[in-house]
Amino acid sequence: MAITFILNGKSQTLTDVSPDMPLLWVLRDVLNMTGTKFGCGMALCGACTVHINGEATRSCITPISSVSGKKITTIEGLSADGTHPVQVAWIAEDVPQCGYCQSGQIMSAVALLAKKPKPTDADIDDFMSGNICRCGTYQRIRKAIHRAAGSPAEKA
Amino acid sequence: MATLLSVDRRTFLKTSAAGGAALLVGFHLPARASSDPAQEQEKPPLNPLNAWVKITPDNHVTLILAKSEMGQGIMTALPMILAEELCLDWKQVTIEQAPTNPKIYDHGTGGSGSVGGSWLPLRQAGAAAREMLIAAAAKKWEVGTDTCKAQNGYVVHGHPERSYTYGELVADAALLPIPNFKEVPLKNSRDFTILGHDTHRVDAASKATGTVIYGIDTRQAGLLYAVIARCPVFYGKVASFDATKAKAVPGVRDVFQIETSGRGASTNGGVAVLADNSWAAIQGRKALEVKWDEGAAATESSEELRKQFVANAAKLGGVIRNEGDADSALAAAPNKVEAVYELPFAAHVCMEPMNCTVHIQADRAEAWVPTQAPQWAQGVIAEAAKLPPEKVIVHTTQMGGGFGRRYQADFVMEAAQVAKIAGKPVMVLWTREDDMHHDFYRPASYHKCQGLVDAAGNLAAWKHFQTSTSIAAKWSPKSEEDNGQGEFGTGATVPYKSPHIRIEYTLAHSSAPRAWWRSVEHSSSGFVVESFVDELAAAAGEDPLKFRVKLIGESRNIPQFGGGPGAPPLDTGRLKGVLQLAAEKAGWGKPLPDSEGRGIAGFFSFDTYTATVAEVSVRQGKLKIKRLVCAVDCGRVVNPNGVRAQVESAAIYALTATLKDAITIERGRIVQSNFNDYRMMRMNEAPPIEVHLVASEEKPTGIGEPTVPVIAPSLCNAIYNATRSSKKQIRIRRLPIRPEDLA
Repeated sequence: MAITFILNGKSQTLTDVSPDMPLLWVLRDVLNMTGTKFGCGMALCGACTVHINGEATRSCITPISSVSGKKITTIEGLSADGTHPVQVAWIAEDVPQCGYCQSGQIMSAVALLAKKPKPTDADIDDFMSGNICRCGTYQRIRKAIHRAAGSPAEKA
Repeated sequence: MATLLSVDRRTFLKTSAAGGAALLVGFHLPARASSDPAQEQEKPPLNPLNAWVKITPDNHVTLILAKSEMGQGIMTALPMILAEELCLDWKQVTIEQAPTNPKIYDHGTGGSGSVGGSWLPLRQAGAAAREMLIAAAAKKWEVGTDTCKAQNGYVVHGHPERSYTYGELVADAALLPIPNFKEVPLKNSRDFTILGHDTHRVDAASKATGTVIYGIDTRQAGLLYAVIARCPVFYGKVASFDATKAKAVPGVRDVFQIETSGRGASTNGGVAVLADNSWAAIQGRKALEVKWDEGAAATESSEELRKQFVANAAKLGGVIRNEGDADSALAAAPNKVEAVYELPFAAHVCMEPMNCTVHIQADRAEAWVPTQAPQWAQGVIAEAAKLPPEKVIVHTTQMGGGFGRRYQADFVMEAAQVAKIAGKPVMVLWTREDDMHHDFYRPASYHKCQGLVDAAGNLAAWKHFQTSTSIAAKWSPKSEEDNGQGEFGTGATVPYKSPHIRIEYTLAHSSAPRAWWRSVEHSSSGFVVESFVDELAAAAGEDPLKFRVKLIGESRNIPQFGGGPGAPPLDTGRLKGVLQLAAEKAGWGKPLPDSEGRGIAGFFSFDTYTATVAEVSVRQGKLKIKRLVCAVDCGRVVNPNGVRAQVESAAIYALTATLKDAITIERGRIVQSNFNDYRMMRMNEAPPIEVHLVASEEKPTGIGEPTVPVIAPSLCNAIYNATRSSKKQIRIRRLPIRPEDLA
């Protein structure tokens, strides 16, 4: 069966994929787009976060059959060269350490800012707590989100 | 921008032998900072050169070494050190992975040792290259070297200024003898323009754009993927398997058994499912039917282990340290303080699960490994491939966390075994469940402490008994012989003066695999020592900070108990320094409302001094951490921004172990599987962490791990303080903290 969707602005048609193969594996193993990460396979860690029709979605539990006709954005599609305001804020604040969770963190943060351009710390807690960072970069993530929002951080 | 590429050893040597193609200054980096780098440089090199500074005519500067970037920031810190001496913009320095050399057995990244161990050799190599470039320029200009200066990537001379780029001087400089490292002049720290300044990490952009290639992102042409079904019981083996259903899953190519490899790489074999993609491999494994020979370890449980602990604690342990007569002093005292502390097994949980990609051909092998120990990886691949190690190329990739887990070779051995059978490039991928079940855990331990404060408020006796599933016993060829000294670390050094100190250890038996977890034995001994001294302070009615400072006494050096010949002493002045800095910045002593409290802990580990004050509230059984105030003395700071990041990181890592879940065992297997039952600290619970760095001119020491030991005790001490007005003051002695502990 053939599945067609828009991936980072370009139409993509896949034949010969199992309809139940989650989007994460299609991205990473079929399309070799490894910016989106595998962390848990159970939508508990957020490393696999992409946007589907603008909504932050855990791609590890999203069967490819369900994205037919939809617009998907991955970390690779945020900008050509790291100049998305959230990426710029991330770099300015030296957020990443090992960096493995950061694609997912950034995709969640972008979706948050689309909904709430000036998020409060409580908004950040609510929206970002699905993304685990084992290196503990949380307070820098928070600072970077406020920076990208163009607002001074609530906490020090 | 620094990237990790690999250098084929043959090409590399050809290039240098051709002469004129590069200025190469070779040097030797120890794997651990615990060896004295100055002493290392004194000795004739027993080991060959394992690191190089390379400058090419196109003005590129490359630092070639085998240190793994796992988030701790050495891809930024090490080029900064080199660039300071070499007098150029550090961002011009590219890092390349050194070829793995089977004659060298200390290529490894761990023990918070990279910056400390590299500091002097890297400066000397940079200074040597600088002097050679200056000498080359001076010769060309026919002037004295003392009239030339290196700055910003140029050698300059005279008014009006003449200059050469380093690249223009390479051909001439490469013909000069390499200066004696012991004599080459190093920059005065007054003149530092790079070191000690907040510096943005070099890899922030690649990590913000998803372009870093982690081990799990390796994509070779024709790559196949495999997952391995492993017996959930420790040391269990395959009895039989039926692959019929597995092979019927679309995308599955083959199913075959791999054998146990034994103690070295510590693998137990299993059944590999090989497929076109990792999803098919995972589905194939679900359809695989395996009968396991579970073996003797199937009777092990956390409950049974605790019974061992309790029984061991009731008997005399093996004496590791005995000064004075603590037993007599304690026996005679009606007011001795006694406490039992318990810590569980802990899992590493790197966000990138274990994985390894190997391609074995008839006469060579190549691997892409997120590893902290490329030498060991090379050795096990050579063993599995039945090739000499020189024929095995290991590319060390970036990794999504290491924490000591990726020092192991188990995930490498399995991948090599699969690749040998498959004959094609194969990535063995671990799911989160695999990673949780087949870790090498931080040991579980049980500690009984007894102590006494005399009428004058001095520490009259200190006794610390520990029983644990030691790391050494898991790896010992004599299987399960270990005196336990390694399970105390600097916890046996005890900075608190006492005429009677007694330390005992009894080994407890477990089949669970154990190895190095962030801060290793200090994660346990820090909690115990800094909780117990706090209990003694409380018993004496003393302020916890004043008590510690009094018991530490005058500023002096205490030799590390059980430390090796190069081990630096514990400088009590520096320990007091971090305690007092954290206290000052936390406003220690200022009154807090009811139900709010502060706790303090200070520790010496990995040659670094750390202290933390935790500020918490405990209301209606709910704990809220208001902030952590951390103080660090890691000697001269290379990149303050990077050091702060590591303190923040270690704090969150330690909070997870303190507040969330234990790794437990039932029927010889690990119970926890994923983030639903082994939970992590998340954004909504992460407290603000303030970091204060002592301005020091001592040589740089480690920072990846040393904050871990002080987090649990400072937090638990804060809970005690916060509950001072409650009917029952809460003293936490068992980790992780459970809701019922706070009720």
